[in-house]
Amino acid sequence: MKADPAGVLTGAHYLDGDFACGEGAMAAGCRFVAGYPITPSTEVVERISRRFPMMGGIFIQMEDELASMAAVVGASWTGTKSMTVTSGPGFSLMMENIGLGAMMEAPCVVVNVQRGGPSTGLPTMVGQADIMQARWGSHGDYELIALSPQSPQEAFDLTIDAFNLSEIYRVPVMFMMDECVGHMTEKVVIPPAEEIEVVPRKLSKLKPEEYWPYSVNGGDIPEMVRAGDGYRFHTTGLTHDHRGYPDMSAECQELCVRRLVEKIKHNADKIVRFEEEETDGADVVVVTYGITARVARMGIEMARKKGVKVGVIRLIVIWPFPEKRIRELAGMVKAFVVPEINYGQIVLEVERCAAGKAAAVPVSHGGGGVHDPNDVCQAILGAAK
Amino acid sequence: MSKITTDETEILAQQHPIAPYLRMDRMPHIWCPTCGIGTVVKCYATALEQSGVDLDKVAVVSGIGCTGRVAGYMKLDAFHTTHGRAIPFATGLKLGRPEMLVTVFSGDGDLAGIGGNHLIHTGRRNIDMLVILVNNFIYGMTGGQNAPTTPIPARSSTMPYGNFEPPFNLPHLVASCGATYVARWTSLHIRRLTKSFNEAIHRKGFRFIEVIAPCSTLYARLNKLGTGFHLMQFYHDHAEIHHGIDTREVGIGYQDTIICGKFIDEEKPTFLELMNNHYRKVLGDKFVPMPLEGGMIREQD
Amino acid sequence: MSRTEIRITGFGGQGVVLSGYIIGRACSINSNKHATMIQSFGPEARGSACSATLAVSETEVLYPYIARPDIFIVMSAEGYDKFGDELKDDGTLIYEKDLVHPTLKEGQPSFGIPSTRIAENLGRTIIQNIVMLGFFTGVTGLITREAMRDAVKASVPAGTEELNLKAFDAGYAYYEEEYSRGKQSEEKGAVAAETAEKSQSE
Repeated sequence: MKADPAGVLTGAHYLDGDFACGEGAMAAGCRFVAGYPITPSTEVVERISRRFPMMGGIFIQMEDELASMAAVVGASWTGTKSMTVTSGPGFSLMMENIGLGAMMEAPCVVVNVQRGGPSTGLPTMVGQADIMQARWGSHGDYELIALSPQSPQEAFDLTIDAFNLSEIYRVPVMFMMDECVGHMTEKVVIPPAEEIEVVPRKLSKLKPEEYWPYSVNGGDIPEMVRAGDGYRFHTTGLTHDHRGYPDMSAECQELCVRRLVEKIKHNADKIVRFEEEETDGADVVVVTYGITARVARMGIEMARKKGVKVGVIRLIVIWPFPEKRIRELAGMVKAFVVPEINYGQIVLEVERCAAGKAAAVPVSHGGGGVHDPNDVCQAILGAAK
Repeated sequence: MSKITTDETEILAQQHPIAPYLRMDRMPHIWCPTCGIGTVVKCYATALEQSGVDLDKVAVVSGIGCTGRVAGYMKLDAFHTTHGRAIPFATGLKLGRPEMLVTVFSGDGDLAGIGGNHLIHTGRRNIDMLVILVNNFIYGMTGGQNAPTTPIPARSSTMPYGNFEPPFNLPHLVASCGATYVARWTSLHIRRLTKSFNEAIHRKGFRFIEVIAPCSTLYARLNKLGTGFHLMQFYHDHAEIHHGIDTREVGIGYQDTIICGKFIDEEKPTFLELMNNHYRKVLGDKFVPMPLEGGMIREQD
Repeated sequence: MSRTEIRITGFGGQGVVLSGYIIGRACSINSNKHATMIQSFGPEARGSACSATLAVSETEVLYPYIARPDIFIVMSAEGYDKFGDELKDDGTLIYEKDLVHPTLKEGQPSFGIPSTRIAENLGRTIIQNIVMLGFFTGVTGLITREAMRDAVKASVPAGTEELNLKAFDAGYAYYEEEYSRGKQSEEKGAVAAETAEKSQSE
């Protein structure tokens, strides 16, 4: 369906990534945000708290991030699109109830404006070291979706996509911004509401007596209902059967958790999204995301000028990872070069998919700044030898 | 945990007056014989029946622990959440669809221990919900560990030489945070408890009812207090009703008087009322409140 | 692929970030340029030397931070002390001349304006930064006067547009009176051209 115009601030704006993300959420139809202030993400909720009262939305500043994430999962069950916003230390606290959201299959969006870590780290400075945490952070097995914007414009566009993906696949979607994108101000064009496609909550049409919350009838994704519509359903963070009733058995665990994993794996081809450029005949392919994708491009141009054939894979959806494409490319290129503002996270994934057919070269940066494009260029030149 | 096996007992179970409020397909429940939680559930279901509220709009939210299993047995929209987070989860549920009548049903360890921060802040904000806290002075499900309510010097599995940590006086805690309705009963006070639930269902704001309930398997056994029956007998002999008493006076000592009653019953604007009134005043016609049925966007026509 | 790097600095309350925002908006929304603004965050943003930087380019800005500014707008002495050395040797210095007393490098184009006094004479010290922006527009010729005026109008609080545009025009006029006559006017053209030419290419 088309976006509700009440949440869409159509026009050309000069916005930072945080504000653009907030605008994206409101355009997507988000009407409940619970959060706890944390640098460098706070501007997202500041924007939302200013505009929500004019569109029937509620922002509540909770006592901590545990509460914020719990409230978001609760609100999700009312059909109201819900989001929380944080950075590293808060992301760690949210992991408990991100797991609950994954287990209950509650659609919602979690924004992490990444700063340098670990612990309190660099509150006001950039990092990209929560990428694996987004994938593995809560205990147990589950799959979810993560996106990474490279500009304020994408912070707007991809936040809408994040909400849509969360509704389609019934998962918490991690929106992995970084401080640099969050705090950089650029032109952001917000289209008219009728040009924004949003996925509404799809409610089951079954009668209450026919409905079970986790029945899939051979599919991957169960139909959802919401609290207050007379279904009197039960949902739990415990391993549960199709009725949503706890069942403490290995058999039920297999059915319940395998589906949580497979509903993303089976649909990975539809979810995976990346930009690919000049990979045909490339010697080296640079795999990159977020702010690093922009900075790396300068290093790529420098290497191309020196005669190296360099291709680029820019991840837009980070999880699920484009395994298939990296595997294919691994048979064709000498090496992958992976610059990221951490000491090696996505590079491990690239290495796994390359499976020894091509080298996976990390270009690490500890955070607090972005790469020197020359470092990326040197890594490409070295890998091309 | 006796298993109902015969057809006859099945039929009897279905005829139980509160069967329509329970997920009978989940019986038998996991609670121990003489546990007090079942009684509290019975009182709550009876109160719901008496209250005349639309059950389609009632949600029960629980955390983790013995009382945390209540949500799983109630035939209502029911959410069995994570340890300590029932109250913030319920906050999202309430604000996401303000017409819901949200009850949080959980234990002392869950709500006052790991969830203590949420308890006090939600009381402070006066979020509209009824919190039923079943206090058995101990962590039951995990095997009798010390709770923030364990009296001095009661024994628990992690205080094998007796507890030395001062416990919470929960009515006083929530009252000082701003709860609009505060009461305490024991699971022996079936009629008074039911009446109190019914009364609280019709109030607004952050309502808190503490129910002292026996844990014969752990609390009584570790402290050599006899069976569930003996604990009920103790409640009979040592519970005193003092309505309106200063909540500073209602702390519970080990095997000491349990002061019961309705301590607080007052009207105060809820979070949503405060928010809506404030925005209406400041923003005038520009303000659009969250619709009672929630902020769900729908396909046009 | 010309790229112009700008740093604006001043003390808290002078509207440093708003100034950067207005320039960026004028470039990216009212002109056909790309402009990425970054403001300094953290304790230093609340102290005495606030700062915002802009990378302005005809093409997409890839690297968001600046290395050595081509244009340095400085509204406080402390800001000058902190960031003055960064300015390219041939970069343009634009400063609040009652508050900043720069030690100029040889051949460095520099332009001073008593923007606070001008703002005071217009009735509000707070519009000092807008006076400075008018002056900046004249000095650099980076963006048209109209694009900047539109950006000012769109960025200041509702109801203060007129006063702010007056401030902007006063800053612009000061440039014309003090620098744009006779010999100086040729120099101005030269500065703008030079800035574009020497700016770092991506």
